[in-house]
Amino acid sequence: MKLAILLLLSVFTFAASTEVIGSPEAIESPEAIERTEAIKGAEVVAFSDESLRPRYQQLLQELRCPKCQNQNLADSNSPISQDLRREIQRMLEEQMTDKQIKDYLKSRYSEFILYRPEVNKNTWLLWGSPVLVVLLGLLILLRHNRKPEPSAENEVPTASNEVPTAIRGAGATDKEAPTNSSDQQRLAELLGDKENQQ
Amino acid sequence: MNRLALFIPLALFFGLSLVLLLGLDKDPTELPSALVGEAFPPFNLPSLKDEQNVVTEQDFNGEVVLVNVWATWCFACRIEHPMLNKLSEQGVKIIGLNYKDQRAGALAWLVERGDPYQFNIFDAKGRLGIDLGVYGAPETYLVDADGIIRYRRVGVVDDRVWESEFRAIYEQITGTEQ
Repeated sequence: MKLAILLLLSVFTFAASTEVIGSPEAIESPEAIERTEAIKGAEVVAFSDESLRPRYQQLLQELRCPKCQNQNLADSNSPISQDLRREIQRMLEEQMTDKQIKDYLKSRYSEFILYRPEVNKNTWLLWGSPVLVVLLGLLILLRHNRKPEPSAENEVPTASNEVPTAIRGAGATDKEAPTNSSDQQRLAELLGDKENQQ
Repeated sequence: MNRLALFIPLALFFGLSLVLLLGLDKDPTELPSALVGEAFPPFNLPSLKDEQNVVTEQDFNGEVVLVNVWATWCFACRIEHPMLNKLSEQGVKIIGLNYKDQRAGALAWLVERGDPYQFNIFDAKGRLGIDLGVYGAPETYLVDADGIIRYRRVGVVDDRVWESEFRAIYEQITGTEQ
């Protein structure tokens, strides 16, 4: 079963990876590549006021690179991320608030760019699911703990319950050992019943 | 009752499989468009052919236009270019947005491959690109006579894409049969 799931998953992954072919190219103008080469990943950002830096870092953590979708702007070194970092720096220098900056980017790149999405009609389930799962867990736990209480359904005697009693009753005392044929027959029936049950 | 409960994991498995299966048809690199239904962002940039000539959104002249984002470094733009030439011949007005490119190379490209554009906006720094939410090239925007973006395509526009995605909206807003 595990193997089957793994196989199934690998098929999904393969199918998903082929999707990428034919997608639009990443933005990599020669100019941008040159710039990247020159800096070699070490981007020096100068702020007029050092108190802007923590906010800058925080925003880069929370905003997603539109092209390289599993990286945020801090991690990604794609040209589009470099441009957006520059834009964010500019907006911080212009005394825009974090919310204004996020709204600015959201209006252009859609909600997709927010790694911490707002709560709205599309995302309430996403935000609410941890709470729902915890509630579900509590519910299951409560039901589980109550189980030992005898309930009518569990106490209904079944054929398989009766048979061992009959055998025990038959074999326990020699005095009452079945001797006549009708008893023998009954025992055979009961044993046969038991075998059928199994 | 208990017996039916045994099938719950199986049902969950099939449910999950179905969700994943439907997800296969989606292109994860395609972002939802924030600008469809919004006005084309105002701009003020030099044209490609004449550095001194500044173009703005007023130069769309209140006509239905396609705005095509392209660059010489974009490989898929080579594939797309013949389609743009064809659309231009059919009377579709196309404005080029030459994106983060170099002027000389871009001009040579137009000589070599034909020029389907009414004019080209030269956006060397990608500022208009950011206002449009461009994250890859080529991208194509359908702008109506009121300057509202009606459709956006990220990726190559070919015959199939034009027929299935653009044509109906284009004919509706121009009020013509192409």
